Amino acid sequence: MTRFLTQRLFESVLLLAVMSFVVYGLIGLMPGDPIDILVMSNPELTDEDARRLKALLRLDEPIHARYLAWAGQALTGDFGYSRVHGQPVLTVLGPHLVRTLWLMGIAFVLAVAIAIPVGIIAALRPYSLTDYAVNFFTFAGISIPPFWLALLLIMLFSVQLEWLPAGGVPFRADAGWLDHARHLVLPVLTLTVLSVAGFTRYMRSDMMEALRQDYIRTAWAKGLPQHRVVLNHALRNALIPLVTVIALDFGTLFSGALITETMFAYPGMGKLIYDAIMGNDYNLALVGLLFATLLILVGNLLADLAYGWLDPRISYR
Amino acid sequence: MTEAVLRSESLGLLLWRRFLKHRLAIASAVLLILLAVASAAAPLIEAAMGTPSWETDLMNRLAPPSLAHPLGTDELGRDYFIRMLYGGRVSLFVALVAAVTAMLIGTLIGLLAGYYGGVLDALLMRLADSVIALPLLPLLIVLAAIDPTELGLPDALVRSEEFSIYRVAAIIGLVGWPRVARLVRGATLSMREREFVRAAEALGAGAGRIMAVHILPNVLSPVIVATTLSVGGIILFESVLSFLGLGVQPPVASWGNMLTGAQELIWDAPMLVVWPGLLIFVTVIAFNFLGDGLNDALDPRAIER
Repeated sequence: MTRFLTQRLFESVLLLAVMSFVVYGLIGLMPGDPIDILVMSNPELTDEDARRLKALLRLDEPIHARYLAWAGQALTGDFGYSRVHGQPVLTVLGPHLVRTLWLMGIAFVLAVAIAIPVGIIAALRPYSLTDYAVNFFTFAGISIPPFWLALLLIMLFSVQLEWLPAGGVPFRADAGWLDHARHLVLPVLTLTVLSVAGFTRYMRSDMMEALRQDYIRTAWAKGLPQHRVVLNHALRNALIPLVTVIALDFGTLFSGALITETMFAYPGMGKLIYDAIMGNDYNLALVGLLFATLLILVGNLLADLAYGWLDPRISYR
Repeated sequence: MTEAVLRSESLGLLLWRRFLKHRLAIASAVLLILLAVASAAAPLIEAAMGTPSWETDLMNRLAPPSLAHPLGTDELGRDYFIRMLYGGRVSLFVALVAAVTAMLIGTLIGLLAGYYGGVLDALLMRLADSVIALPLLPLLIVLAAIDPTELGLPDALVRSEEFSIYRVAAIIGLVGWPRVARLVRGATLSMREREFVRAAEALGAGAGRIMAVHILPNVLSPVIVATTLSVGGIILFESVLSFLGLGVQPPVASWGNMLTGAQELIWDAPMLVVWPGLLIFVTVIAFNFLGDGLNDALDPRAIER
């Protein structure tokens, strides 16, 4: 167990390090560094000032030297400042991270809670009318453009019916939980629809695979009622492969969150990263991306642990 | 009974019959062909209708559907129907180029990993897993935001109208290979131990020849299925990037960038928001049904229905 965990942790750290270097390098290729932008917005800056500022920020050094200096500081917990927000990057990230966790967490739990029963029902009667209907809706779910789904929901629930706000978060600091919840409904609905289709497809195929096994025939043969066979014998085994594929989907979930947050002006990590890239706030974009990756790696690690808990036959030696 | 044994069929015919049984896949294939033909014929249709797609008409903004403009006009008074056809050209072209790029990279990596095994295999597959697990969209946004002149590309090329089309295709192709690579690797692993590969090795064939001549033809069907299934996702990625302003750049139309200003159109012309998204949706779902049908037809383990 310890050895397995150590190896996975080592791999995750290595991946983060490689990611940080690649993204750092890519960001160096983006148009305009912070001082160029400053010079453009302030005509009183002389070339000498610009040179001095670039030296101060080490922008005149080669990229690998800059990366090493950045990484050294990052390792001591100093991630630098956000150019646009004028605050330490971590101060900016904190509340956005919490809001994204709320959005992704609720949508994920809802998607799994819908996908498992629906997948089971479809798997119990393969090629029935119900199964075809489920199949059609899951195909629709993985094929719908996420931003278009958001637009349609806004058109229906905010413009036509005027039931729900079209985006944002409560304006007043003392807003009650109901106000927060109302602002979350459409983003959560969007992200849930985007995720539930894939999960249902996995659940259906894993469940069908489990129902084909010999121990299921044995369970039927010894006269167990359907709910015991399905829930105790088949479901437990179907959940094992499901956990792996769902864990691999965390990255997709975050990509979905980015679009959802952008569409509904929901100030989470995804929108923060997008705005940071578009607004040349490179340090914020870099650290935000690394934290998003960290979030996904932690999710993958938790899934690995859940895997071992679901399947006692696996030992992590 | 004897009759059934006697009636032998070629493999191709058998696969074709199995594919025909998948009615949704057939309908999807027909629909996609129609879409491709209509998009390809966009200049002809444009000439026949006499409504040039680039011609703005500010007196006629957001016009409702009429005989001259079957779907109305956009916020600059351009004919929406023709622009959707031109958008289809771009979106389908990007999908094709990106899918083929991803297929070539994925097949090569899968063959190398499966054939050589060992450390190379472990490294390549960890890389593939990492790319699958990463938050792809923000990474694609970073890739799309870099300044191509910094990579040494000539200025004239970067400034040309079509450049954004090739850039978005290349970016998506570069990150789309892992699923193909995993499938090819799996198939290569089992092929590597087969007698005909062993025989070729005994005859002194080199690694490159074995991979290209003996293994590749036998792993083509998973490659085709995986590529078809990947096209839908690629169209979605292109539409998202173009929608966010990082993919295909106006004035070139793509289904994604036609929706870029859609949040303002919701009030004035909601149908303009519906059409391009609906086309993306229908195209993607058709590619997914097609891939599913091919999968059932080519997978020997698929159950006969």
